[in-house]
Amino acid sequence: MPPPILTIRNLTTVFPDENGGLRALRDVSFDVHPREFICVLGPSGSGKTTLLRIVAGLLQPTSGQVTFARKQQPRIGMVFQQANLMPWRTVLQNIMLPLEIRGDGDHDAHKKAREMIELVGLQGFENSLPRDLSGGMAQRVAIARALIHDPDLLLLDEPFGSLDALTRERMWTELSRIWQARQKTVLMVTHSISESLFLADRVLVLTQRPGTIKMDLNVDLPRPRRDEMRYTAHFGKLARKLKEAIE
Amino acid sequence: MFCLPPSPFGRGNQKDMTKRFLPVFLSTLAFLFGWHVFTRYSGIPNFILPSPLSVWARFLKAISDGSLQYHTWITLTEILLGLLAGVTFATVLGYLLAKSRALEKVLSPYLVASQAIPVIAIAPLLVIWLGDGILSKVVICALIVFFPVLVNTVVGVRAVPAALYDLMRSLHASRAQILWKVEVPASLPVFLGGLRIGATLSVIGAIVGELVDAEEGLGFLLQVGDFQYDTPMVFVAVFTLIALALALYGFVRALEVRLLKWQDKT
Ligand SMILES: Nc1ncnc2c1ncn2[C@@H]1O[C@H](COP(=O)(O)OP(=O)(O)OP(=O)(O)O)[C@@H](O)[C@H]1O
Ligand SMILES: [Mg+2]
Repeated sequence: MPPPILTIRNLTTVFPDENGGLRALRDVSFDVHPREFICVLGPSGSGKTTLLRIVAGLLQPTSGQVTFARKQQPRIGMVFQQANLMPWRTVLQNIMLPLEIRGDGDHDAHKKAREMIELVGLQGFENSLPRDLSGGMAQRVAIARALIHDPDLLLLDEPFGSLDALTRERMWTELSRIWQARQKTVLMVTHSISESLFLADRVLVLTQRPGTIKMDLNVDLPRPRRDEMRYTAHFGKLARKLKEAIE
Repeated sequence: MFCLPPSPFGRGNQKDMTKRFLPVFLSTLAFLFGWHVFTRYSGIPNFILPSPLSVWARFLKAISDGSLQYHTWITLTEILLGLLAGVTFATVLGYLLAKSRALEKVLSPYLVASQAIPVIAIAPLLVIWLGDGILSKVVICALIVFFPVLVNTVVGVRAVPAALYDLMRSLHASRAQILWKVEVPASLPVFLGGLRIGATLSVIGAIVGELVDAEEGLGFLLQVGDFQYDTPMVFVAVFTLIALALALYGFVRALEVRLLKWQDKT
């Protein structure tokens, strides 16, 4: 196995509050290998978002380290739990933001953005404003925005939470495809066991707050994973393991 | 001239415009008619309450000898320079205050205290210090504009969603990019609200300065009219001021309509 591109050691996070601090994460350690797809499962409030924010460099942990193999933080694509679009920008302009920030050519940016729009199935909405989108559509814009600059590390915080079942499953397939074709590393928070089994190489289960890793499950289901796979005995066994760990 | 409605321009079709302007037009007409009838039959002398027709005649005369244009231009210059100075300082300081709690702690008592002093009270001082020329009026105007713009800048910048900062930081955006791509557009609605108030107040600022001491400007015209019992002249000056205030207000409203199209229609 190649050396990890990201090592997380003894992360502990305490948020200041009135009674001695709210402990969100406790002693979380794991490695992320290149091109690995890791899902993080855990009850609400177990610190999943906090963990992603620390990896993204948006939050300093109270103690512990996050180390990237290449010293420098890799290019990150992040999908937040809420779509987090800029209401004054159209769909196309929102999607192009990461390229703009990098100072990429305008023509190329437009072309890429249109590809992304096609990918998330929002053709015809290029010039719509966020206020005119449904929650699921807004989330798809956010996904397109996270992918457009070809990031090395994708940090996804329940990206498919607000999508209907059909779109969600299409997005699973697309995400698997992108992940395999573009060799990305993915760290994804989810509430759904089947989602994590459909996508991940490894599933980390966090405990109730303060979150700590309760299970690190290797998902050895063959790829590409198809819908029928859900009805296999092995899938059922893994799902039950995860279910028991969460409860 | 003085029937400019304080409503957004440029939006909607011809029918909309008619619908919007017609009531204002009709009520203005009714007001002028009532005023005319009142002055005609009440026996109040012209130097106390001039009839609309004599105000109109005075207006034409002031236009033809060029005095109205000249004094309006002076006042407008004071207003625009005062607005520019006041808005610039307020925006810069407001941004810094919004970003630094420490600076806010140090400065806010002074800022609040300064608001307890009516500008009218310090206007004479400013005229003594800065002379009776245009400078003192510009400064008075800037002072009166300053506070609402400052407050709205602070509120606007503070209200920028934290999640958008996260987004920008996850993309390694620079400070300048965060400023121009997030902070400016996100705080614009509240900022423009402050500018709208400031624009209206700026007219008051310039006039207060001119009333203290001035050789030119609409405030000067107003005072001369007053001294000479040329009451129609006073009315002409007042109506011109109203028109200026409405035009400035309308300008900011038009900016809001143009720049804030993305907001939810309300
Ligand atoms: N900036 C903050 N300040 C104070 N407390 C915080 C902050 N961010 C998170 N918390 C607290 O830390 C705990 C973990 O929050 P976090 O958002 O990481 O949970 P989560 O696992 O993502 O939950 P969910 O599944 O509901 O999204 C919560 O109790 C939350 O209230
Ligand atoms: Mg969360």
